[in-house]
Amino acid sequence: MKNDDKKTKARRRFLAGGLGAAALGALAQGSTAGRRADRPVWQLDPYLCSQCGRCATECVLKPSAVKCVHAYAMCGYCELCFGYFLPGARSLDESAENQTCPTGAIRRRFIEEPYFEYVIDEPLCIGCAKCVTGCNTFGNGSLFLQVRHDRCLNCNECAIAAVCPADAFVRVSASRPYIFKGENDSTSGGLS
Amino acid sequence: MKGLLIAVVFLTLSGVATAPAAGAGRYPEPDFESGYVIPTATTPAPNAPSWEYLHLVVLAAVLAVTALLVLKVRYRAGVYILMIVSLAYFGFWRQGCICPVGSQQNVILGISDSSYTVPIFVIGFFFLPLVTAVFFGRVFCGAVCPLGAVQDVVALRPVRIPEWLEHALRMVPYVILSLMVLFVATGAGFIVCRYDPFIAFFRLSGSAFMVTVGAVFLIAGIFVARPYCRFLCPYAVLLSWGSRLSWLHATITPDECVKCRLCENACPFGAIQKPTPERIAEPRERGVKRLALLSLLLPLIVAAGMVAGWYAGTPLSRAHKTVYTAEQVYMEEAGLTDQTTLESEAFAAAGRPAADLYEDAEQVRGRFRRGGALAGAFLGVVFGMKMLSLSIYRQRDDYEINKAWCLSCARCFNYCPREQARRSGPREQDE
Ligand code: SF4
Ligand code: SF4
Ligand code: SF4
Ligand code: SF4
Repeated sequence: MKNDDKKTKARRRFLAGGLGAAALGALAQGSTAGRRADRPVWQLDPYLCSQCGRCATECVLKPSAVKCVHAYAMCGYCELCFGYFLPGARSLDESAENQTCPTGAIRRRFIEEPYFEYVIDEPLCIGCAKCVTGCNTFGNGSLFLQVRHDRCLNCNECAIAAVCPADAFVRVSASRPYIFKGENDSTSGGLS
Repeated sequence: MKGLLIAVVFLTLSGVATAPAAGAGRYPEPDFESGYVIPTATTPAPNAPSWEYLHLVVLAAVLAVTALLVLKVRYRAGVYILMIVSLAYFGFWRQGCICPVGSQQNVILGISDSSYTVPIFVIGFFFLPLVTAVFFGRVFCGAVCPLGAVQDVVALRPVRIPEWLEHALRMVPYVILSLMVLFVATGAGFIVCRYDPFIAFFRLSGSAFMVTVGAVFLIAGIFVARPYCRFLCPYAVLLSWGSRLSWLHATITPDECVKCRLCENACPFGAIQKPTPERIAEPRERGVKRLALLSLLLPLIVAAGMVAGWYAGTPLSRAHKTVYTAEQVYMEEAGLTDQTTLESEAFAAAGRPAADLYEDAEQVRGRFRRGGALAGAFLGVVFGMKMLSLSIYRQRDDYEINKAWCLSCARCFNYCPREQARRSGPREQDE
């Protein structure tokens, strides 16, 4: 009995030592990493996104934490916006049956002849990427999706990342949590 | 008529559209004359990391108080209240991520993927409960883990599970642990997070499938106390290793066991071991023979595990995105299907040659086979050791806690008459 006790104690000391060493090692690794990148958060690379629609359906939140973002500086302010109007729209006005967006989340405003501004009404946007497809295929590609960090829960494994067919989701540093279009060289991914 | 015009514009453009791949700059930047200022999109920031450190401090504090309540004060109601507080804080307020159970995967990813570095507070979440277990047993399970807590509050009519079944089902967490490591190390993702049955409940939001799974677990949990903790949780494996060697561990009785049998059915998790019946004398050499046979069998079991793991690797690899995309693309190219999937469409849009994808997929399969063999060997060792330990006779005179299985919930204390005596004051003890 006593002997057993001693053995258990020795084993315990060994294990505690091992755990301690592992913790120290991990801490050392973590602290050097701390300087390079702080906490990771999820983001999607708009240059990889194939607008599959899963961002709207797979997020653990309803509506999704992914929303459409407008890079205004890239926008042509076109009267005929391909993100805003459905192909075959009857007329270029604001009636719902002409709009790409299923929730009417894009607000169109006349600026001056012949320019119109398009603004995303975020609370209405569900991240379905329909407007993104339109803008990418026919327009300047200034509409794109982003994980919005005021909503995102930063799940340990993002439920969208797990199924994104374009592998567009990446962990990015929390200090630079967005990959915007038109900010860097517009032909390469925002990550470098 | 205008509609027709728009349609024509779309049609002509769709021809043009394929030319510039990035789609940028088809229309020139406008020259505004009205003094319009081009706005910029907002960039709301994520939660400050200091929050995560606060959570870590709370975790450490709750662990310490639980250890005190279980080991020194021996007070179940206190443990229960603390458990509710943890459930509210870590479960419903913090909404789950990141928890120690899931953090195992981050640690593995940090080891297997050099591009990922584990943040310090994640390392803290992983190690704190384990280090605590080495000193004081699984106090994390007793009152801190929100997954455990939500099951604990619904465990109202626990039934006793036959011992053989309990032993068999308690092997499942080892399988889950192996699969978890395999999936992270091969880049297939975090399955423990993906199939966490309770997180949808904490967030009051989630996929219909996981909400259903959670509901099933909670209903089953009324009769089978803490089913996830006992028969699935992969972190429980590590915690039980720590707890087995714990420096101090919860005991049913504060001083000595009087073998009154009152606590016999107290533990809803089957963690109370009865004294062994008078030993039926077994010829010594028969025992020795059996042990020898088993130790001979052990390498065979390990080898069998390796082979099985290797062959299981290929089908398991289908859970990896690269592999299922490659299989779909292959089927389409070979004309075996005319249905495309979102994956194959995205792959086609990216314009990579299919041969690259096939090669990537083959590499992933290889990783799964090699990892599967290792996992199989590990499981072989675990099963072999289990058989050995079950066949070795150990004398037990008192009612004792099984340190590996005990969740340090302090339920059983109240059943012990010695505990009642302790409560009613030191007066009696003096006599
Ligand atoms: S899941 Fe991926 S490809 Fe689909 S819309 Fe979201 S980022 Fe784009
Ligand atoms: S079309 Fe979809 S992604 Fe675009 S604004 Fe509307 S809801 Fe958002
Ligand atoms: S991390 Fe979670 S909340 Fe954020 S986008 Fe992904 S699934 Fe949605
Ligand atoms: S066994 Fe797992 S799920 Fe249950 S309380 Fe312990 S760590 Fe949490």
